[in-house]
Amino acid sequence: MMNMPATKAAVVKAPEQPKTAISALWRPALVQAFVKLDPRQLQRAPVMLVVELTAILTTVLCFIPDNAVPTFVAAQIALWLWFTVLFANFAEALAEGRGKARADSLKAGSEGLSARRKTANGSFQVVPATSLRKGDVVRVAAGEMIPGDGEVIEGIAAVNEAAITGESAPVIRESGGDRSAVTGNTRLVSDWLLVRITAHPGESTLDRMIALVEGAKRQKTPNEVALDILLIGLTLIFLLVVVTLQPFAHFANGSLPLVFLVALLVTLIPTTIGGLLSAIGIAGMDRLVRLNVIAKSGRAVEAAGDVHVLLLDKTGTITFGNRRCSAIYAAPGVTAKELAEGALFASLADDTAEGKSIVEYLRGLHPQPEPSAEVLTAVPFSAETRLSGVDYQGRVYRKGAVDSLLTFVGLKRADLAAPLSREIDKIAQSGGTPLLVCVDGKLLGVIHLKDVVKPGIRERFAELRKLGIRTVMVTGDNPLTAAAIAAEAGVDDVLAEATPEKKLARIRHEQNDGRLVAMCGDGANDAPALAQADVGMAMNDGTQAAREAANMVDLDSDPTKLLDVVQIGKELLVTRGALTTFSIANDVAKYFAILPALFASIYPQLGVLNIMHLSSPQSAILSAIVFNALIIVVLIPLALRGVRVQAVSAAALLRRNLLIYGLGGILVPFVGIKAIDMLLTALHLV
Amino acid sequence: MHSYDYWLILAFFAVVLIPAPFLGRFYYKVMEGQRTWLSPILGPVERGCYRVAGVDPQAEQSWQKYTLALLAFNLAGFLLLFAILLFQDYLPLNPQNLPGQEWTQAFNTAVSFMTNTNWQSYSGEATLSYLSQMVGLTVQNFVSAATGLAVLVALCRGIGRKSTKTLGNFWVDMTRATLYGLLPLCLLLALFLVWQGVPQTFAHYVNAVTMQGVDQVIPLGPAASQIAIKQLGTNGGGFFGVNSAHPFENPTAWSNLFEVASIILIPVALVFTFGHYVKDLRQSRAIIACMLALFLIGGATSLWAEYQPNPTLTNVAVEQTAPLEGKEARFGTTATVLWSVTTTAASNGSVNGMHDSLNPLSGMVAMINMMVGEVIFGGVGAGLYGMLLNVLIAVFLAGLMIGRTPEYLGKKLQAREVQLLVVTLLVMPVGVLVLGAIAASLPGPVAAVSNPGAHGFSQLLYAYTSASANNGSAFAGFGANTAFHNLMLGLGMLIGRFGYILPVLALAGSLAMKKTAPIGQNSFPTHGPLFVTLLTVTILLVGGLTFLPTLALGPIAEHLSLGF
Repeated sequence: MMNMPATKAAVVKAPEQPKTAISALWRPALVQAFVKLDPRQLQRAPVMLVVELTAILTTVLCFIPDNAVPTFVAAQIALWLWFTVLFANFAEALAEGRGKARADSLKAGSEGLSARRKTANGSFQVVPATSLRKGDVVRVAAGEMIPGDGEVIEGIAAVNEAAITGESAPVIRESGGDRSAVTGNTRLVSDWLLVRITAHPGESTLDRMIALVEGAKRQKTPNEVALDILLIGLTLIFLLVVVTLQPFAHFANGSLPLVFLVALLVTLIPTTIGGLLSAIGIAGMDRLVRLNVIAKSGRAVEAAGDVHVLLLDKTGTITFGNRRCSAIYAAPGVTAKELAEGALFASLADDTAEGKSIVEYLRGLHPQPEPSAEVLTAVPFSAETRLSGVDYQGRVYRKGAVDSLLTFVGLKRADLAAPLSREIDKIAQSGGTPLLVCVDGKLLGVIHLKDVVKPGIRERFAELRKLGIRTVMVTGDNPLTAAAIAAEAGVDDVLAEATPEKKLARIRHEQNDGRLVAMCGDGANDAPALAQADVGMAMNDGTQAAREAANMVDLDSDPTKLLDVVQIGKELLVTRGALTTFSIANDVAKYFAILPALFASIYPQLGVLNIMHLSSPQSAILSAIVFNALIIVVLIPLALRGVRVQAVSAAALLRRNLLIYGLGGILVPFVGIKAIDMLLTALHLV
Repeated sequence: MHSYDYWLILAFFAVVLIPAPFLGRFYYKVMEGQRTWLSPILGPVERGCYRVAGVDPQAEQSWQKYTLALLAFNLAGFLLLFAILLFQDYLPLNPQNLPGQEWTQAFNTAVSFMTNTNWQSYSGEATLSYLSQMVGLTVQNFVSAATGLAVLVALCRGIGRKSTKTLGNFWVDMTRATLYGLLPLCLLLALFLVWQGVPQTFAHYVNAVTMQGVDQVIPLGPAASQIAIKQLGTNGGGFFGVNSAHPFENPTAWSNLFEVASIILIPVALVFTFGHYVKDLRQSRAIIACMLALFLIGGATSLWAEYQPNPTLTNVAVEQTAPLEGKEARFGTTATVLWSVTTTAASNGSVNGMHDSLNPLSGMVAMINMMVGEVIFGGVGAGLYGMLLNVLIAVFLAGLMIGRTPEYLGKKLQAREVQLLVVTLLVMPVGVLVLGAIAASLPGPVAAVSNPGAHGFSQLLYAYTSASANNGSAFAGFGANTAFHNLMLGLGMLIGRFGYILPVLALAGSLAMKKTAPIGQNSFPTHGPLFVTLLTVTILLVGGLTFLPTLALGPIAEHLSLGF
């Protein structure tokens, strides 16, 4: 179960480092664009490989004189074909650059790191961090860097994880319990730890993060693979279309210049999406990394866009992780002063957030002299009594859950005075927690502890609902309490009195109905559910078991991030779909530009298809090629930023995107090609 | 156009669209083995078939087994027909003592009827015995249509079922499709045609002396039974060479109406069958809407083109009506245009006029109808499974734009599905463009073309389109009976048939194994005007982008050079 300090929820994000700004990245990206011309690298983007091959072919054709095509024009076509490949490479390099800049700064610390590895005879030996293997045990002392991801098996220490999370306050890591996982390249600021390494070199959290944003190593996501197949298929179809045109032209006693056929092929195949596909994927992962979430694979991010159900822990996600005192009610015959004093004293030694909130509340409501801490005998909460309080001046102040305190004072629920009993019921029904207070066995009254729902979360859920995603609140509370908070937060369903088994069963049930489930968790007992869920996000300060079972780790340990991850997953898919549609829709205008030009010598009457009134066949073909190359550049910002996904129904989203990218994709190139044609003619380039 | 032209069009849609929903439900019930009013009569026959063949009707098959059964059955059918055609002179029911077909032509014919194409490089009355027509061709007319229906229901089950490996039993589906799906309707139509005057006889051809004193041989035969199935089963292979332009095949205006409506009756009904399989008739209505839209666009274009005045005659003082060359003069231009659009939209291929004489644009509409893969109603079963492939392509293309993995009716479309879709996308380009280009670049095959220039190219393009789309109609000027074209067009028909069937069955198997995600607010909407528009545009875009350059060299160039 989640149980985390309240401060964590509102981590202030480090401002974006200047090196990830486009202005600083374009120079290295430009160099990379040329490096990526290597066909071995290009084969990951088959459409662009085809373009490169046609660029080579056209370059060669420039040296073979052809009466139909002036060399001057052929050379320009060849040049723009090269530009097409370079622009696509540039887009990928730019996307990579942003992700890598951040990853590099993280990795910088790990260069030349060494570790003290425990040997078989129990002594420690200094070895380079890169030689550590899974299962090795290392000792890390204050001031040293933890050499790799691992699990604390002995010791307790404060660790500064700023390098990973961007948060400067150190966190406590200790063996056992839910705080045993440590991340490589974080610094110990106190004490020492014995850590069992849990990842081979190259498989650590950091390495995964880097792999996601590096084009050559990146694993394509399932949707990307499917889209790639379609793009290859379309390329193949257009190849057949273009290759068979020559025999058909011969049949009509004509001949088509090879350069023009090549130009037709390149403008028809989906170069826009083919060139930007990789950049879109990398940029999506980069957005995730900038959110401080590390996905173990792109697959999980994509799945996040598909989820139907979000299982969200109440505590820490929907409510601030702690309950706060919101009211007190006196038992019949007890004065307000008596109750206030009793409640205050019973809470003075209580260090929990709840205890502090009671003290705070009473100080404001009813200022009174307080005894200093030294004279109190604190009685901390214990599992046996399930009560806490103080002994002071021979008096016994206690507070606790209704059943526990009634047992303590030897009463039954039925013995309670009716007004008090009613109050308790009311509190419970409203989703609050009633705490009884007693002094020397006398019931004073009841404290109303209330879960505070995070501001804005209700609106978030409403947005998700519009996207068709149901939210299920998971809580250990009883159904009554749970239902009240659920109503306040606006979730769709509740899993009350949740145990890890119940959680797992719920996930399986949803999945059997064909739904995809996302959840987050941190405890070791969450691991099975995290593994079962389609998208499981573990908290970085959770257990190693949870981190391994999940397919994402949130470095800030902020469970609400799950909502952002869903958003990013969706944006990733929408961006790909939008550019695919745009790319294919573009072909209509290109046909109207190229076909009349291509067949001008065979059937001049086909000139009526030249509805854009392009100035000459050569200009028409060159304009189409130039448009085809430039549109990649124009769309780079969109590919890197991603298409925003509004919280509207699928039908509304589809209508909007079809209008913009479908209809827009048909119309834009008519304007663009005409403009380029006018420019080329004005500059006497054709 | 006259008022009777409009009445014909209205009557056509009424005869097709009114019974279709009921027929669709009937097909769902019989294919799923549910009880219908025909069960008391045909039930014992059906069970008898299973007993004789040793088929357990409860035993379901995986997609692989289903496919193997289908291939084995089709191969056996092909071999039987091939043998009959080769050796018809040694077989009975050959009163005219016609010789066996030459082997490339026999191959072409056997493939043609096995694949539901019914491309004919021969004239039935001049080359085929009654046995070849009845036992050879008519049997394939039935089972090729039933095969299409079987593949369709396998796909429907794949989409409708979840987490299962089986798609039904091929033998059971074939039996039910033939017995309940085709036979009763054919019987009705055949009786109707006999009443209208179509011959149904085993007698010799009639020798007559014309009024000019010339001897004339009037061919007869068991025509009505074959015409019924050739129309209803989207086969299209005429009993006589000129098909339903022959007065014995199509004697009256009534026979004309019911024959042309029969072409798309079953394909339309099957769209409703699909709706019953996926338990959502909104899907059926969306698909019907898209098919109708495409049909009406094509039909309107054709009619407009045919009723244009001839530009070369505009300066001559003559009254122009629609050109009647190659039209069914008894029923008028509209009747021929309606038939030409219907027969190419559905992969039927029967004609009541000569497509070679159509104006370039209406000829192009006929070609586009086929080039989009025969999905505008299309063949029995084949039309809808082709259309569903387009639905999946549209869903995949645009589905990402709602921010989810593309899903159709809760089934995710992933790499495997896209792979199979791409294979089917390649069928028409390979069949039409590649085979066509080979034919166009060899001097021998080119000689089959009877006209110069763009129209000649259209003839060749039409032939390869018709074969690959399993349509079977032709631009009549194309001399297809050469060894080269017999074999190449045969190959085109095989590619066009099995290039769809195999991926479709694999797709059905893959979809059946998937879970079905619940359909909700965030599901891709596959009904309603938005989706209908998307689907229509996708079909036109995919087909258009593939074939526009080729069409520019054929009908478009011809249209423009005629001065329209």
